[in-house]
Amino acid sequence: MQNKRYTRREFLRNASLTALGGLTIPLFSSCTKEEAEDFLQKHFREMTPEEKKRVIAKLEQRYLQKYGRKFQISTQEAVPDTFWAYGLELSRCIGCRRCVYACVKENNHSRHDPQLHWIRVLRLKRGNLINLENSEHYYDPDLVPEKGFIYLPVQCQQCQEPPCVKVCPVHATWQEPDGIVVVDYNWCIGCRYCIAACPYKGRVFNWAEPNLPREEINPSVHYLGNRPRMKCAVEKCTFCIQRVRQGRYPACVEACPTGTRKFGNLLDPNSEMRYIIDRKRVFRLKEDLGTEPKFYYFFEA
Amino acid sequence: MPVVEEYMPPPMTEGMFPCSNCHATMEVNRKKRVLKEEHTDIKLHHAETMRWCLDCHDAKNRDKLRLYNGDLIDFTESYRLCGECHGPQYKDWKAGIHGKRVGYFSGQGKRVYYLCAHCHDPHGPRFKPLKPEPPPIKPKDS
Amino acid sequence: MEKLQGLLNETWHFYKRTLTLVVTGSTAYYAWCVFLLTIIFIGLSSYLKQHEAGLIATKMSDQVSWGLYIANFTYLVGAAAAAVLLVIPSYVYHFKPIKEIVVLGELFAASAIVMAILFVMVDLGRLDRFWHMLPLIGLMNFPQSLLAWDVLALNGYLFLNLLIPVYLLIKFYYRKEPNWKFILPFILFSIPMAVAIHTVTAFLYNGLPARPFWNASILAPRFLASAFCSGPAIIIIIFQIIRKVSVHHIEIEDNALFKISELIAYAMFLNLFLLSAEIFKEYYSQTVHIASFKYLFEGLHGHKELVPWIWSAMTMNVVAFIIFLIPQTRKRLTTLNLGCLLIIIGVWIEKGPGFVVPGFVPDPLGEIFEYFPNHLELMVSFGIWATGLLIFTLLMKVAIPIEAGEFSHVSYVERSFRREEEYQGWKQGSFKKI
Repeated sequence: MQNKRYTRREFLRNASLTALGGLTIPLFSSCTKEEAEDFLQKHFREMTPEEKKRVIAKLEQRYLQKYGRKFQISTQEAVPDTFWAYGLELSRCIGCRRCVYACVKENNHSRHDPQLHWIRVLRLKRGNLINLENSEHYYDPDLVPEKGFIYLPVQCQQCQEPPCVKVCPVHATWQEPDGIVVVDYNWCIGCRYCIAACPYKGRVFNWAEPNLPREEINPSVHYLGNRPRMKCAVEKCTFCIQRVRQGRYPACVEACPTGTRKFGNLLDPNSEMRYIIDRKRVFRLKEDLGTEPKFYYFFEA
Repeated sequence: MPVVEEYMPPPMTEGMFPCSNCHATMEVNRKKRVLKEEHTDIKLHHAETMRWCLDCHDAKNRDKLRLYNGDLIDFTESYRLCGECHGPQYKDWKAGIHGKRVGYFSGQGKRVYYLCAHCHDPHGPRFKPLKPEPPPIKPKDS
Repeated sequence: MEKLQGLLNETWHFYKRTLTLVVTGSTAYYAWCVFLLTIIFIGLSSYLKQHEAGLIATKMSDQVSWGLYIANFTYLVGAAAAAVLLVIPSYVYHFKPIKEIVVLGELFAASAIVMAILFVMVDLGRLDRFWHMLPLIGLMNFPQSLLAWDVLALNGYLFLNLLIPVYLLIKFYYRKEPNWKFILPFILFSIPMAVAIHTVTAFLYNGLPARPFWNASILAPRFLASAFCSGPAIIIIIFQIIRKVSVHHIEIEDNALFKISELIAYAMFLNLFLLSAEIFKEYYSQTVHIASFKYLFEGLHGHKELVPWIWSAMTMNVVAFIIFLIPQTRKRLTTLNLGCLLIIIGVWIEKGPGFVVPGFVPDPLGEIFEYFPNHLELMVSFGIWATGLLIFTLLMKVAIPIEAGEFSHVSYVERSFRREEEYQGWKQGSFKKI
């Protein structure tokens, strides 16, 4: 009689523990090998240079396997005495979206399911600028510019007081010394609080594993910039961090056929941005929110 | 760090330059008219009520452009001619904020300026409308 | 050290005994548990699908990046906070009818918090990286990020609402007097904690200047007011079910229910008043920020999916308020129950989809995307609600017999003593009936 009572209790205990353990197995089995490898990876800012090298080597090998291309992953730090700012001449934008797709190509975006664009071009009726509620995102005429409309491209404004950095619960996004707000894609937990916090819709989310066609890959990437991302991580415009830290213009600046886009270093008195801010009437979107964006819009006509 | 600046070569129609191939031996007709025998594909829409071909192209040496004071410049420096009438744009272009530049704005590379003529056809400078790239895929509304 | 050992032994023995309570019951109990387990299983398999494909399996998008999961989370944190409306009358005012049932209310709060935490977990894109959010082990962005505060507040409140009832139940099980000097500070601390968890949740919406619909100072008071309506309403319904279904005699007096419903009346008045204050401000000043309100109450540029929902919620709230206001309808169980059901559903609509979704419509660049949860999200949500209900059922299955006095260490000792005697008698060949 004693034994029977004991085994019944034992049975109950064992059954409950196995049920609990069994529940977690399907959860873990659906984790990919990559996810398992990256599980204990540290935050980028906490890594020593050797750890960074190891992570880069692991990533390069992984990308070689996945995409068949040899990637050059840079971890170049901010160039001293640089503070990047962007200029956009609204009188010249014709809404052709060449910048959007140049960015997609340069920065290895997911092309479909989900389709990610870091730049969004809004069409506004003439006579209205600040109230974006009447904007049209999906205009598709035969020719642009259309009469009676102006076009306003918006992307991450690299704010000086970024609300996204403030709200991220895990410090996955931060502002680099040269002013660019970056994301450590391997640290992001995908809570999307930063997307809710951004007043400019600068951040987008990889709702699924990105679909990146092999032929269109750009293999010169930066760890914090345009390396191929993974599912459920947030991403945003990084002012082409892989280009500007080498002194090259961002891809959207080079793609624009009307010369609308300008870029420069605010700390260099001879830079284009300083010239613009000194001589043109610049404004920034939603300045009343106190985010201090570094994206200056201006008009000539 | 000052970066090396370079200007892109002017966009010439295939086979046209040097112009003196034909014009060295031709007679100069300074009468303002619509050309009927050659260059009929060029429709001038650039202050055409006030100017015509020989106000910019030098009459005697067709390989050069003619500034207001009579100086002759190469086609590679055509911006100087544009700048005579379009001063503010010329100043902005020289500073690097009008028009297009590609390449490097600092560091080891070159900054390559697009000439005026690359974006604005001097005979009809107004921008032609372009076909826009496709809009983003609209997420399915419920 | 010995005392700690003794304490651990006692707790372990208690846990083993409660397992017997949990696995034995009537057919109705088994049927209910199997029903909940089925829903949980369906929810879990849907979640695994979502985990595999990524959040693209839901209907959320860049424009509306929080949906059904966070809506449920907001509502459940409010419901959990409502346990404070039981704690204050019983421990501060020593109101006897509520004092009998406060432990059950705290266990309800614990189940609601577990559900809320589960909803956040299924909403995370990378659940495998959740350890990044833990303090000390990960890189928690405290104190700047309100989500970090929320993690600490919710888990702290869960800890309190498990510690207090379990401690009291164990002491009652062993027929020992609880050490009030130890437990009372925790109990009193759970009162500001309850207010804190819902304030922190409100602040996490409130602090976003990008979303003018949420960036209103009135948000935290409104959250608390609606929480103190919906939570106690659920408690009233659940306690009546317990009273009917439980085989043990648990003292749930009508007076307790009526007292709680009085508190609901006050809370609902505050809720409606604050709502009217918001509506006046928006519709009188007519700035651009009215857009989200317009979307919710009238429809914006032809998009009017939420309009019927919010108007039914408003009607339900007002009708429920009237029911709770008039003493005759408040003190009659049938109308009371109707009022409670109306409040539960009305506040869920108002605080869940009627709060989270309009914050995203129109989005910061003026785009309108209408969100409606898809099948997968509904299944996962049902699964989590079923999990919460199952946890609550199991906790009740343990707590009620103990509270009713019918399950205690004394009876265990008596029974085992009797069994031992029977066994000895059988061994000796004679049955001694006691």
